Amino acid sequence: MITRDEVAHLARLARLELTETELDHYAGQLDVILQSVARVSEVAGADVPPTSHPIPMQNVYRDDIARPSLPREDLAAGAPAWEDDRFRVPRILDEE
Amino acid sequence: MSDLIRQSAATLASAIAEGEVSAVDVAQAHLDRITAVDERVHAFLHVTAESAIAQAKAVDAKRASGDTLGPLAGVPLALKDILAMKGEPTTCGSKILEGWRPPYDATVVERLRANDIVILGKTNMDEFAMGSSTEHSAYGPTRNPWDLDRIPGGSGGGSAAALAAFEAPLAIGTDTGGSIRQPASVTGTVGTKPTYGAVSRYGLVALASSLDQAGPCARNVLDTALLHAAIAGHDPRDSTSINAAVPDVVAAARRADVRGMRIGIVKELSGDGYQSGVAQRFTEALAILEHLGAEIVEVSCPHFEYALGAYYLILPSEASSNLARFDGMRYGLRAGDDGQHSVEQVMALTREAGFGPEVKRRIMLGTYALSSGYYDAYYGSAQKVRTLIGRDFESAFDQVDVLVSPTCPTTAFKIGEKVDDPLAMYLNDVATIPINLAGNAAMSLPVGLAPEDGLPVGLQIIAPPMGDDRLYNVGAALEGALVDRIGHLFIEEAPAL
Amino acid sequence: MSTDEFMPYEQAISLFEPVLGLETHVELGTNSKMFCACSTSFGSDANTQVCPTCLGLPGSMPVVNRVAVESTIRIGLALNCSIASWCRFARKNYFYPDMPKDYQVSQYDEPLCSDGYLDVTVETGEGPREFRVEIERVHMEEDTGKLTHTGGATGRIHGADYSLVDYNRAGIPLIEIVTKPVAGTGALAPEVAKAYVTELRDVLRSLGVSDVRMEEGSLRCDVNLSLNKAGDPWGTRSETKNVNSLRSVERAMRSEIERQAEVLSTGGRVIQETRHFHEDTGRSTSGRSKEQAEDYRYFPEPDLVPVAPSLEWIEELRATLPELPKLKRTRLQDEWQISAFDLASVVNAGALELVELTVAAGVDPAAARKWWTGELLRTANEREVELDALGVTPQHIARIEALIADGSLNDKLARQVFEGVIAGDGDVDAVIAARGLAVVSDDGALLAAIDEALAAQPDVAEKIRSGKVQAAGAVVGAVMKATKGQADAAKVRALLLERLGVSE
Repeated sequence: MITRDEVAHLARLARLELTETELDHYAGQLDVILQSVARVSEVAGADVPPTSHPIPMQNVYRDDIARPSLPREDLAAGAPAWEDDRFRVPRILDEE
Repeated sequence: MSDLIRQSAATLASAIAEGEVSAVDVAQAHLDRITAVDERVHAFLHVTAESAIAQAKAVDAKRASGDTLGPLAGVPLALKDILAMKGEPTTCGSKILEGWRPPYDATVVERLRANDIVILGKTNMDEFAMGSSTEHSAYGPTRNPWDLDRIPGGSGGGSAAALAAFEAPLAIGTDTGGSIRQPASVTGTVGTKPTYGAVSRYGLVALASSLDQAGPCARNVLDTALLHAAIAGHDPRDSTSINAAVPDVVAAARRADVRGMRIGIVKELSGDGYQSGVAQRFTEALAILEHLGAEIVEVSCPHFEYALGAYYLILPSEASSNLARFDGMRYGLRAGDDGQHSVEQVMALTREAGFGPEVKRRIMLGTYALSSGYYDAYYGSAQKVRTLIGRDFESAFDQVDVLVSPTCPTTAFKIGEKVDDPLAMYLNDVATIPINLAGNAAMSLPVGLAPEDGLPVGLQIIAPPMGDDRLYNVGAALEGALVDRIGHLFIEEAPAL
Repeated sequence: MSTDEFMPYEQAISLFEPVLGLETHVELGTNSKMFCACSTSFGSDANTQVCPTCLGLPGSMPVVNRVAVESTIRIGLALNCSIASWCRFARKNYFYPDMPKDYQVSQYDEPLCSDGYLDVTVETGEGPREFRVEIERVHMEEDTGKLTHTGGATGRIHGADYSLVDYNRAGIPLIEIVTKPVAGTGALAPEVAKAYVTELRDVLRSLGVSDVRMEEGSLRCDVNLSLNKAGDPWGTRSETKNVNSLRSVERAMRSEIERQAEVLSTGGRVIQETRHFHEDTGRSTSGRSKEQAEDYRYFPEPDLVPVAPSLEWIEELRATLPELPKLKRTRLQDEWQISAFDLASVVNAGALELVELTVAAGVDPAAARKWWTGELLRTANEREVELDALGVTPQHIARIEALIADGSLNDKLARQVFEGVIAGDGDVDAVIAARGLAVVSDDGALLAAIDEALAAQPDVAEKIRSGKVQAAGAVVGAVMKATKGQADAAKVRALLLERLGVSE
């Protein structure tokens, strides 16, 4: 049973500003989905290795050669806010 | 040449190469068709008319100066709006990218351009490819040309509808759980999800990185093969791109010979509970394949019943991470930046305003499945189911050359019918999802119209990884036999628009 | 602002046992970024070294820089780690404006290198003590963009109206080196911490993988500490960031011991938190509380394939390892025939490599040491720069020593030559020419000066002749003064005595 509080926590983690109605709505829907997918743990035994890549490949690299970057105008053109050759972002409350 | 829009891609290409018709005329004919019907179909989000004509002119100039043209030069194409096309809007069906123009081309787009294929525009899709009906597009649904009150499938409904409405003879879709194949099935067209890694994902906006593939779509198998050959192949900019030769899919499509082949029906996908007309056309198609010299065998893939569960854990998990970048800081929509709100608040308000309900639902599901305490039970377990499904396929392909199933359980349902019932919507993908989990190649092609509603039914062919050519061989053989029987492709029976 | 109180160090360390940990981030000096081909040049115009991949544009994809993997393996080998035969990248998911994708590609439960160690020596009053700092892991990740905070008074986050982001730095390869908790250091905890970071820095520099400048941010250090009473289980630890110099490592550790001791002995509870160190006060302030540990939702990066270095590749890389600092120091101590204490002086002056290069340029080890740890160190400290930033090269010293040997220069003149070189007046010979710094060797000129000096001090000649040879010193001094120190004192003395017909 996924609770409304848990949904609110998920929304915070995912940076989604949900409305009260949405919180209720999603809690119900997520619950139904989670119940139906929960069965996967039935067959997922300890002896079964997980697959993260469908086709086995490894050791793909590139040489350490620098190449031209994007023209700065391209970045500015798409930016919601731009100042002093940089992306302008709203005030940050917390030190990282 | 009469009625340019009803010609196949191969025919158009050869007519252009021979000088019978100009690429500009071909492009214009399709642009006119779009103008005539797309208000009702809504396959396109953005028509790049100017650049299409410019591309067409360039092809004509090339031809005039005696240059050899490629096998699809001058043929128009509809591009799913999830692929980056430099300087053109790329929305992924979402408000959060409204107006965004990428500063770069996807590799697929580069290859289309290198092949002188003329891109007509960007097609509609479920938002960020999450859906099976294109009803979750933030820009309104696309309608099925067979019946405008019905869905064209999803997430790539726009590309499939463009083909079925004769707005373009070629299209590019993307497939994460069936988003090329299921729309193909419900619109009476052909679509292939290539082996995972066969087509570069560079420039393909990611939904679930370990499941996504771009693929070719057309109205017949040979055209699909020609497009497949144009876009597939190793790309050093995509680390998950297969570094091996592309199987000769065009030769396979021309070969069209199933004599001596062993074709397996997956017991768990054989049509139980499917719409009766779907099951019927499927069975008839099997009989044709047998008649053509193939041996039909039943195989079992016992872990397929867990595929849907695994998929709806893996996809949302990867998607929740892939979609985190849409935070209003560097591109796209920014909401709530009133000078008072903090960056955290602006990010949350932006995403709230920019994402639709299905996207939010899946982001939260994915966030949950990955969170500490739940990882092992959910995402971790799903990754193990993936291994089991891969093993099921491997043992099946020890016994047969290809597998077949109905592509999806029903024909096109009505718009609005399932949109509020996520689980019911997810069940559309039950036959297509296992393929994405294992990374195999699969194709859907039309095998008839359901007697009860006259709507297209698709059959899915599944091949082992790197066995994409088998799809085209079997598909072309089946298609050929069906065309022999009724004298035309099923798509020709689509109602006039 | 801060209401922290501190127990005096000696008292703190008598009541509690420290357990320390260090987390270092090293920016690799590769040509291109970790996952894309953008240049990594330092100091370029904002946002001119950015591409779809490092900006995280929709549809972009990462491709791993081979040299970054090689550097990581070499670092692991130099730290005596096991190298994974198969490992993956993982996504660390969190939102922050300097993060283009709002996840960082890093490594989680499968680091490329693990379980190593680094031995460090700490000089104590009772002689050197060795500590083995065990290494938990060495893994690869990518750096974030750079934020500048605008509108506030201090340029810090608090009170800023908004911020500006430069993504040039985003995607630069970052190697994280994490120690296992280090117990048993007692009162020496701060020194051990500093010695570890110093030794690590020297190892990294000798590998040539990074320029490891703490002031520039290519070597970053987080200091972790917990305290417990003897016999008790380990306490709650805090993490201190913004430790930007070796000295700060020591100070931050000491300060945190003092702070936590005070908290614990007044019945308080140490909060698991991230603290921010302040250079000016030598204290840290509370940052983000880590009580509610952020849920990073790690999962294997699906856009990248596993890194599975072959044994052959690892051995090839092992063969490229240079002589590591500890071994080199032992060897040089032996070669230069000096005591451990003297060697430590050279090391502490940051002059080891410079002395080594100077000896290689043909200079006697004692002379090389004398210059680098004497005159030049003094000058560097006065100017508050590093020794290697003075502009003096081993070749300069070699030339100066050669000129001293053939009598063209003496020590006093040599110092003036150094001044000129440091001032940028050119190489040794150019400075000598420009300032006329050659030793006066012309006997005629010297005799003239001697005669002048004798004339000025008439009774000295008598004193010398009568046997008080020491009195010659005054004349020599006068001649040295007259020649602005450009005479060879010994020669002047000899000429003087000869002039007076006196023998030694």
